[in-house]
Amino acid sequence: MSLHGLNLQHLSFGYGADPVLKNVTFSVERGSFCALFGPNGAGKTSLFSLLTRLVTTPTGRIEIAGIDLQKSPRAALAKMGIVFQQMTLDLDLSVRRNLSYYAALRGLSGREAERRIDAALDRLDLMDRAKVRARDLNGGHRRRTEIARALLHDPEILFLDEPTVGLDPASRAAITEHVHALCAEDGLTVLWATHLMDEVRPEDDLVILDRGEVLAHDTASRIAGDRSIEQVFLEMTSAAT
Amino acid sequence: MSGYLVALQAIILREVLRFVAQRGRFIAALVRPLVWLLVFAAGFRSALGLSIIPPYSTYVTYEVYIVPGLCGMVQLFNGMQSSLSLVYDREMGSMRLLLTSPLPRWWLLFSKLIAGTAVSILQVYAFLAIAAAFGIVMPFSGYILVLPVLLLTGLMMGALGLALSSTIRQLENFAGVMNFVIFPAFFLSSALYPLWKMAESSTLLYRICAVNPFTNAVEAIRFALYGQANLPALAWTLLALGVFLGLALVGYDPARGLSRRRASGG
Repeated sequence: MSLHGLNLQHLSFGYGADPVLKNVTFSVERGSFCALFGPNGAGKTSLFSLLTRLVTTPTGRIEIAGIDLQKSPRAALAKMGIVFQQMTLDLDLSVRRNLSYYAALRGLSGREAERRIDAALDRLDLMDRAKVRARDLNGGHRRRTEIARALLHDPEILFLDEPTVGLDPASRAAITEHVHALCAEDGLTVLWATHLMDEVRPEDDLVILDRGEVLAHDTASRIAGDRSIEQVFLEMTSAAT
Repeated sequence: MSGYLVALQAIILREVLRFVAQRGRFIAALVRPLVWLLVFAAGFRSALGLSIIPPYSTYVTYEVYIVPGLCGMVQLFNGMQSSLSLVYDREMGSMRLLLTSPLPRWWLLFSKLIAGTAVSILQVYAFLAIAAAFGIVMPFSGYILVLPVLLLTGLMMGALGLALSSTIRQLENFAGVMNFVIFPAFFLSSALYPLWKMAESSTLLYRICAVNPFTNAVEAIRFALYGQANLPALAWTLLALGVFLGLALVGYDPARGLSRRRASGG
């Protein structure tokens, strides 16, 4: 077993001669919150597609909770919960139906599925909306439903690809708070992609990705020093050009 | 094994629930063949003389002749729509959700296919019921015997849609699919006219029609509706299913195909 929740080694990926990710190497300790910070086009979504095995690459290695994604894809997928950037709820179905569909995709059914759905709804304060159609939820609650769903099968690691895009500031803060709490209370490993620095706390792990390369990896406070992350980031990227 | 069946059941249930929730889609799926049956066929019946060919044992009116072809059309549209909506609309997200399940990918795609086919069968029976209400009635046993054939033909056309959705990028909208897949498949088939009519006009076109999987699907449905098994047509449909399914599996292989191209976001 690895101490790492997530371990990436020398990951490269591209379309033809156009590299999207270049030798990406970093690891995230079990139970920590890691923010993956980068502007649009930095390669965050490509990295998420690799991590969730929507695509594969012949170079490099990905370990999810100690399991090699290439060698044992299904065991590794079973360990992860995913919140995609694009909303993936069935808008015509109720919150509960959305969750039970997902549970079934993970092989859960009957009472066990019901019990877990109740627990997940409770954890994300969604119990009173269980019967509401997803279409009738606001953006913040839709996202929360997706997070509740991603936790149904007790994953060890949670991937979130810019989960607050399009949300109002209050919902954004609430979701960020929720996921930080999950990390602190349940020991969940979290990889949170964002281009908004106010979602990152000083004690969080921070990976800065730009044009497919990791520019820095440390705690946010150490990377920033006495300046703001944005300032540091702008300096790094201007130095790179 | 139970995990597999749990997922299959859920995927079918989801597809059926969504279908029920989207009434517009259901109505559109019924109006299309009914326009052909009640308008086109009415105007066309006098222009086309039909001789007695198997499986018919007597003269049939043109409306009766085109019913199997329209059943095929319902399934063809459904197969294309369910797969294409998957690629080009919001449905892409739900495909991601499906593909990141820890079950084997071939099983997930197969389950998706079964679910789409189940919906297409519901549409076909609704169409047959309305046709019967207008007096176009098949032998009763035909309605039952056609079920396994509809399962096969529905799977074949769904697999075609899935293969297209994963491999062909140029078909950016439904109009493209109409022009390059649905219309050629439909008009180069025995759906609207018996193939011997086509042979009179052009041998080349006749040969294309004869190998068209859609022709074979329509003939399999036509014979089943009259209680007969058209074995060559069934075999050809099965073969086409195998080929399309193979292409779909290659297309959805994570090392290539659709998901790779779609990953090029931020």
